[in-house]
Amino acid sequence: MNVEERVKSFILENFLFTDDPAALGEEDSFLDKGIIDSTGVMEVILFLEEEFGIKVMDDEIVPENLDSVRNIGKFVASKTAA
Amino acid sequence: MSGQPLHSLVTRPQRLLREGLLAAAARQPDKVAVIVEGRPYRYRELLVSARILANRLRAEGLERGDRVAVYMDNTWPCVVSIYAVLLAGGVFMIINPQTKADKLRYVLNDSEAKILLTDWHLAGVFGGVVAGVATLGTLIVSGQRPERVTPLPGRVLEFDEVLATDAPLETPVDMVPNDLAALIYTSGSTGDPKGVMQTHQSMVFAAWSLIEYLRLSEQDRLMLVLPLAFDYGLYQLLMSVKLGATLVVERSFTFPAKIYQRMHEEAVTVFPAVPTIFAMMAATHRKQPLQFPAVTRITNTAAALPEALLPALREIFPNALIYKMYGLTECKRVSYLEPELVDAKPGSVGKAIPGTEVFLVKESGERAGPGEEGILHVRGPHIMLGYWRKPELSAKMLKPGDLPGERVLCTHDLFRMDEDGFLYFVGRTDDIVKTRGEKVSPIEVENVLQGIEGVQEAAVLGVDDALLGQALMALVVPRDGAVLDARRIRKHCLAHLENFMVPQQVFIVESLPKSANGKIDKKRIKAERGWE
Repeated sequence: MNVEERVKSFILENFLFTDDPAALGEEDSFLDKGIIDSTGVMEVILFLEEEFGIKVMDDEIVPENLDSVRNIGKFVASKTAA
Repeated sequence: MSGQPLHSLVTRPQRLLREGLLAAAARQPDKVAVIVEGRPYRYRELLVSARILANRLRAEGLERGDRVAVYMDNTWPCVVSIYAVLLAGGVFMIINPQTKADKLRYVLNDSEAKILLTDWHLAGVFGGVVAGVATLGTLIVSGQRPERVTPLPGRVLEFDEVLATDAPLETPVDMVPNDLAALIYTSGSTGDPKGVMQTHQSMVFAAWSLIEYLRLSEQDRLMLVLPLAFDYGLYQLLMSVKLGATLVVERSFTFPAKIYQRMHEEAVTVFPAVPTIFAMMAATHRKQPLQFPAVTRITNTAAALPEALLPALREIFPNALIYKMYGLTECKRVSYLEPELVDAKPGSVGKAIPGTEVFLVKESGERAGPGEEGILHVRGPHIMLGYWRKPELSAKMLKPGDLPGERVLCTHDLFRMDEDGFLYFVGRTDDIVKTRGEKVSPIEVENVLQGIEGVQEAAVLGVDDALLGQALMALVVPRDGAVLDARRIRKHCLAHLENFMVPQQVFIVESLPKSANGKIDKKRIKAERGWE
C-alpha cells in the first residue's frame, strides 16, 4: 500500500469505523465532512509519526497538510524526501 | 433604512438583538465587523447582506415569530443568516453542523421550522431529512452546489445568488423585547433535545452583563473557535457586534497552528475557549513554547478549568486576565470569578453575573448557609422562558419565585458557597456527561445503541479524562446468540449522533449490574472497572 492508501485505511478504520473505501474520497475535506475534530487531529498525527517515522511540528498542523487523504499524502512525501 | 431612526439607537438602550448591528453599522460602517477565515467584512456589508437575506425570508413567507433553522458551520453566511432572521422578525436556531439526520429531523419538526438555511456540504444529511418536515417551504443553501443532488422538495435557492440579486429589506419587522429571539437546542437528561426559548430581553440583558464583567470594549478583537451553535460561541458574535468590535471567526480548533497564526496576525485580544482547547494548548506549549502577548482576557466555560493548567496558561497568555465561569443554556451564564481572585479562591466559579443573583436550596427546602451544600437557583432577567412546547420539563426547571408570577431557574446542580459568597461546584444531580465541553445525555446515546440489531441493553457512562474532561464509555449486552462488533457499534453511533457523542470505547459484556429496583447500576459499573 502507498502512503495515501495507508492513511485512508487508517481514517476509515478509526474515524468512520468501516473498511468500505467508497466512504471517503481522496480529496474530501475532513473538516467539511465532519470526520475529524481537534482531538482527532492529534490521533492522526500520532499515526503519521509512528507509521512513517516523521516528526510533525506544531506549526505544520494546518489544513494544507492534514485536511484530506491527498494533502496528507503530499505532506508525508515532502517530509520523507527531506 | 426608512422607519428606523438609526441615530436614536446610539443613545437609547438596546431593546432588540438586531439593534446591536443597526447601531454599530450607523456609527462605523467602514470598520471590520468580522474576519472569517482571513477575509474581512465591514459593518456596512454585514448590514446590507443581512437586509437582503431578510427581504428574501419575507418573500418566502416568513412571518413574525416563525422559526428559521441555521444548519451551518462558523461561516460568513451563518453570521449573515442570524441577523437576517432577526431583521425579518423571525426566531433563529443554530444547529450544530455535526448533527445527524435523525436529530436534525427531530429539531426541524419540533420547532416547526419554515425555512432552512444551510450549506451544500451538508446535503448528505439534510437531503434525506427535508422531505419529512411538513412546515419547511424553502431552503437557502450556501457554498458549492454538488454536481449530483438528490431532488429536494420545496423551493431551493442559492445563498450567493440571493445576496447578489435581491434588494435589501427597507424596514425591519416590528417586534417587542418580549418576543422570542432564538431557540437554542440542548441535550437533556430525558434524551430528546429541548429548545431553550430566549427572548430579546433576556439575550440583550445577558450580553450586556457579560460585556460588563469581561470588560469588553469597541477596541477588542474577539476570537471565535467555538461553534456558533453553542450559546457561548453565539454570544461572542452578539457581544462583538453590539460593541462595534471585531470578531475573528474560524470554523473550529481542529488545526491549532492555523488558529495560532490567525491570533497573531489579527492581534486578538479576547480568547474564549473550553478546557479541552486549553489543555491542548498547554500540551503544545510544553513541547514548543507558545505566547500570545496581545491577548488580555481568556475565558473558560462549559466545564471546570483544571487548576493544573493555570501555570501554563499564564505563560502562554502573559498579559491576560483568566476568567472562570459557570453557566447553562437555560440562562446563558450563572456566575464568573473576578480574574484578580483566581489565586485567592481556587476551585471557585465566583459569584452571580452583574444584575442577577443566586441562592442555594437544601433538600429540606431551606436556604443553605455558608459551607452547606444545596441546589443552585438563579434569579434575573436572563433566565429562559421555558423549553419550546415542553411544559412539564419547563416546570421542572422554572420554579415560582417570591414575587407573584415570577419564576426562578433551578439548575439541579449541587453547589456550596463559602462565607464570602463564592460558589463551588459540587456535582450534578442528573447523569449528564460533559465531554470536550459538550453536554451529552447518556440516554440519548443508549437509545441509539439499543436501536442496533442484536443489542439487548446498553449503558453509557462518563469517565474522567485529562484531555476530554470526561470520556464516554459504552457497555453493550448482546441478545442471545447475537454477535456484536465494537467497531460496527461505533460506526452506527457515528451515523446517528454528533461526533462528540460517539463513545470512545465500547465494551461487549455478558450482563450489567442492576440495583434492587432493576435499574442499571452505573456506580457499580464504575467501581468494578476502576473508573472512579
